[in-house]
Amino acid sequence: MSRTKSTRLLVNGTIIDTAADPDTPLLYVLRNDLGLKGTRFGCGTGECGACTVHVDGIGEPSCILPLSAIGGKPIVTIEGLSRDGRLDPLQRAFLNEQAGQCGYCISGILMSARALLDRNPHASRDDIRSALDGNLCRCGVMGRMVKAIERASRDMEGDA
Amino acid sequence: MTIAPLPDVLHAYPCIGQWLEVIADGNVVVFSGKVEFGQGIRTALAQLVAHELGIDVGRVTLAAVDTVRSPDEGVTSGSRSIEEAHEGLRHAAAELRAALCSRAARRLGLPVEMLAVHLGEVAAPDGRRVRYGDLFDEGVATERITGSIPLRPVDGHSAVGVSVPRVDLPAKMVGQRTFVHDIDLPGMLHGRVLRPPSIDARLVSLDDDTVRGMPGVFAVVRDGSFAGVVAQREEQAVGALARMRRLAVWDENASLPSSARYMLSEPTLDVTVRNLGQGVPAGSGIAEMHAEYSRPYLAHASIGPSCAVATQVGDGYDVWTHSQGIYHLRQELAKVLRTPRDRVRVRHVEGPGCYGANGADDAALDAALLARVVPGTPVRVQWMREDEFAWEPFGTAMTVRMAAKVGARGTIVEWTHEVWGNGHRDRAGTDAPIDVTNLLAARHLANPLTGSVAPPPPSPSSGGGRNAAPPYAFPRQHIVNHYVPRTPIRVSALRSLGAHANVFASESFMDEIAASVGADPVEHRLRYLEDPRAREVVQRAAAAARWTRRVALVEGRGIGMGFARYKDAGCYVAVVAEVEVGDDLNLTHAWACVDAGLVVNPDGLANQAEGGITQAASWTLLEEVRFNASRITSRDWATYPILRFSQAPEIHIELIDQPHEPPVGVGEAFAGPTAAAIGNALFDATGVRVRDMPFTRERLLRALT
Repeated sequence: MSRTKSTRLLVNGTIIDTAADPDTPLLYVLRNDLGLKGTRFGCGTGECGACTVHVDGIGEPSCILPLSAIGGKPIVTIEGLSRDGRLDPLQRAFLNEQAGQCGYCISGILMSARALLDRNPHASRDDIRSALDGNLCRCGVMGRMVKAIERASRDMEGDA
Repeated sequence: MTIAPLPDVLHAYPCIGQWLEVIADGNVVVFSGKVEFGQGIRTALAQLVAHELGIDVGRVTLAAVDTVRSPDEGVTSGSRSIEEAHEGLRHAAAELRAALCSRAARRLGLPVEMLAVHLGEVAAPDGRRVRYGDLFDEGVATERITGSIPLRPVDGHSAVGVSVPRVDLPAKMVGQRTFVHDIDLPGMLHGRVLRPPSIDARLVSLDDDTVRGMPGVFAVVRDGSFAGVVAQREEQAVGALARMRRLAVWDENASLPSSARYMLSEPTLDVTVRNLGQGVPAGSGIAEMHAEYSRPYLAHASIGPSCAVATQVGDGYDVWTHSQGIYHLRQELAKVLRTPRDRVRVRHVEGPGCYGANGADDAALDAALLARVVPGTPVRVQWMREDEFAWEPFGTAMTVRMAAKVGARGTIVEWTHEVWGNGHRDRAGTDAPIDVTNLLAARHLANPLTGSVAPPPPSPSSGGGRNAAPPYAFPRQHIVNHYVPRTPIRVSALRSLGAHANVFASESFMDEIAASVGADPVEHRLRYLEDPRAREVVQRAAAAARWTRRVALVEGRGIGMGFARYKDAGCYVAVVAEVEVGDDLNLTHAWACVDAGLVVNPDGLANQAEGGITQAASWTLLEEVRFNASRITSRDWATYPILRFSQAPEIHIELIDQPHEPPVGVGEAFAGPTAAAIGNALFDATGVRVRDMPFTRERLLRALT
């Protein structure tokens, strides 16, 4: 390939230069170049939320986000949600509630939930349900996941 | 004591070591053919083994399921895993415990009756202990499983009956590599397959050279109407596929039926499921009732499209798959790839929840076909979303015609249930003759191995006949499964098979009769239910939902019940649904009571129940595979909507533990009762009956006006 323009990314606090075509959706670079397999392909059209990551703190579907549109904004993936081996309160709450079955959608749901609690730490049940409407869970674990997010919200309040 | 006959799988794999190994650190490795797809089976299996061996669950690990080592336990399906593990694996573990004890007895010079097992050791009354790891050897591994060792009773100290957290969830919470989709082998290439636009379209032309010239493209594969691309990078394969879609010229036929009702005028194979009381006089003062119910084709609609990795190695293949049945898949791959079965190694790696036979097996063949052009190099294939929707084998559409004769005092004296549908078990490898396969790509090859291999239901109450017979004591019953062999639309097993539509129909009809004779729906059911376990789940679900408040509900709200004993022999399930009718029909709450025999993991069971109810609500309220004369037109989440977070009901589950009954699975058992409960609640709220699923806004409006 003649086009070797590299793109600089900031992923989970680490600077990475990638030679992938600037049109490449972020998802493929995360999974195949950086080995961050926790972000998952679900639809490729931004309809299901399985590939949600944070771009500058906002939940975005990485399957339709070309590298060229990121513009140096910091990216956080599911692998960056826990810090120094310490689980995020959301991850702890999901485990406490056993909020998962197959788990394919969980990374995206955790990232959407984290973005919600960052902007609204006291999100109500209705807030949570509508904020997660862009994330699909086929196993039908939505009820447990909502409880887990409420629990995380309470736990974070306790920590503060 | 009587010895139960050994299950077939223990005849096929008769030695302890084929199921269990104690490794040096005293941990126990389990070799099971049952695969995890989110149902928590690996955790439950570890619990059963830990219980029999008297060790901590954390010391039991499950080996990967692999054709070179795992027992062939067929397909992980039918909510049968826990039942079969109870009969097979649990006996193997009991046998291992006995073998270790008898070795310890010899070593300690004590009679075996004096020994006890505790935390991975055999303990003598004098305080001496021998660790399992020091007792296990080749001799133990080759000992035969007799089935004569009594199982350990479950008590308050058992690993069984406890809500052990799922062993697979921690990794899933932090995004670790879990799924076959996440496999990344050295040198691995990425493949995509160009699927035809419709089921029997033929590829007329494709400008391969243009595709070959695209960046990163390694190879374009053409074999009849099968075409695929192998590229260096995944997005390059995706880009090449998009170009191929634009370049390909197809010859298409209008081969699809105008609606699923084509089945009603097709030749059928008729199986009598139950025929009771033909000599019983019908009596006088009879009212007759009739009703017809239906469900559309339903998609499994896994969140992750199907995926597989394959490498051609010599004249054989290494395949990684999320198939539910790796041995069946191996047989079918060998057939299509024309290589001996023992040259194909198939390994299971988790996939997204499948709820039956989706595209997983088909993707494995795709990967192998593409891997042929790059021998020695692994090729990973993932389906695109639109291909998963268009090409996964659906759960068949079904039509059910009910009829009843009602005598004096509203007594049901005759009950007729007739069901029409395609097969529910057209899985890869199931009953397939040698020159035919169900694997998708095989039908598109230049030398196709094709054809419908759908066998008729093997027994009256399976497939489309599942739960067609009512659980009620009606004196005259006539139950027929009209199996429709011709499948213009690809179908296979979907969670609960025929039970979803059958129970929807019969439990809706029960309510229609109750309404016509002015009976309370719960009382009406109890009148005909004789089995005390059945009566208890109905009564407890009603009590949990505070059924009696039904009469005082506000306008636009209603509650309804559905009951079934899954497969007539599995778990007992009663569901009460509460709905709210506005522009749409919303399921706001569900209460369920389930009796599944011995409860191995209460929270795991509750999780399956909640998921089963939520998914059934999605099917019932929203889902329908749409198609036109030639093509499937449900191709994305907009054209095949499923239940979202804001539509998910609040669910309350009551479990009845029966420590002396064998454990049975529950995942599939909620589909029918939930669908019926929603329909009955809609009637309760509005006085209107919708008999065709899904209960969309259009259907609601039509019924209400």
